[in-house]
Amino acid sequence: MRTLDALITESPVFRGLEQDQLDLVAGCASNVTFDAGERLFGEGDPADTFYLVRHGIVAVDTYVPNRGQLTIETAGPGEIVGWSWLVPPYRWHFTGRAVEAVRAVQFDGACLRQKCEDDPLLGYDLLTRFAQVLVSRLEATHFQLMDVYGDRNE
Amino acid sequence: MATVTSEPALAVRGAMTPLPYRVARKRRENHDNWTLELEPVDEAIEPIGPGQFTMLYAFGVGEVPISTSGDLEHDGTTLVHTIRAVGAVTKALCAAGAGDVLGVRGPFGNTWPVDAAHGRDLVVVGGGVGLPPLRPIVYHALRHRKDFERVVVLYGGRTPDDLLFRRELDRWRGRLDGNVDVTVDAAGSDWTGKVGVVTKLIPQAAFDPETAVCYVVGPEIMMRFTARALIDRGVTRDRIWISMERTMRCGVGLCGHCQLGPTLICRDGPVYRLDELAPLLEVPEL
Repeated sequence: MRTLDALITESPVFRGLEQDQLDLVAGCASNVTFDAGERLFGEGDPADTFYLVRHGIVAVDTYVPNRGQLTIETAGPGEIVGWSWLVPPYRWHFTGRAVEAVRAVQFDGACLRQKCEDDPLLGYDLLTRFAQVLVSRLEATHFQLMDVYGDRNE
Repeated sequence: MATVTSEPALAVRGAMTPLPYRVARKRRENHDNWTLELEPVDEAIEPIGPGQFTMLYAFGVGEVPISTSGDLEHDGTTLVHTIRAVGAVTKALCAAGAGDVLGVRGPFGNTWPVDAAHGRDLVVVGGGVGLPPLRPIVYHALRHRKDFERVVVLYGGRTPDDLLFRRELDRWRGRLDGNVDVTVDAAGSDWTGKVGVVTKLIPQAAFDPETAVCYVVGPEIMMRFTARALIDRGVTRDRIWISMERTMRCGVGLCGHCQLGPTLICRDGPVYRLDELAPLLEVPEL
């Protein structure tokens, strides 16, 4: 069985962390599973956690009046779900749902925030890594907003 | 600028005068896309190659360029075109039923250099209605599987309802060791596949960026983003091929409607190697 350290470093977000930093991060992590259809988190709820998906697909949903529940993105193995734990007011902006059976590493955001406060080097490193996650999400959102496959006249 | 073939097509049979083709079969692919199989009423155009297009004429309405989407080693003189009903001409073409006659000129343009991927990983990335022009490559790779290492198909659409060839994608997944990945930009909660832009599929796709040869078709902005993601993964520009679309009228390099800087897409393209075309794509006025 692989240790949490080994599982965590499979993600590009944590790859290359020093062992002592990895130990600190792993100290806030635990393995979790979700059945298909189960909710990981709900829009507006306190964002105390984030997830590294190991297996399965997690959908990030929101409710749109007259259109119902819409999935705006999915995350698969190796991808991180959740950044709301990082910035006040620490509340989920969307709902997370397991599309199929999901195995993930769950991180305690409050625990990690405290460790970042105590160890600014770790805090800076993690913030830089999550900034990359946020930038790639932002780029993807821009791409989605362009609606590049929409109607065009001949 | 020419990459594979650039001879003017004037001398080709059917280059200027449409040849009559009858709609033999018609299949609805989704809410606004149909695939037409056309058989020559009498004389056939020259054999069409992967990546090439014909000018399809709905008599009395107009003419549009449509790429072949067929299995070219199987189709013989039958032309297979997948068409999105979006304007007057394409709506007329898609409204044609079995037995109706359409005009065909061509084939025009150059072909996908599929041989460039021999002995390597072959990656196709399609966005929206960009998948049909890539389908002949996939058919070729399936027929000549041993000529290639991994064959990877990545496809992005707007919504699940907009995806093309869904059953065929499932069949390909079975024949390509699962290396077929599909995503949509938005979906309802009943969709059990991936949601996100097509570029998100690239970092985890199973190919060797050091050697893979990539073929990309979709809206120009999608191809730009996709090329950037492929380059970020480690693919060099000289191993990325794209198919361009501009307004095409004559198909033979005379009218100039499809000019992009020094190149005429109907004659020198539509297939270009990224390192040859990239400087032009960065000029907004073009």
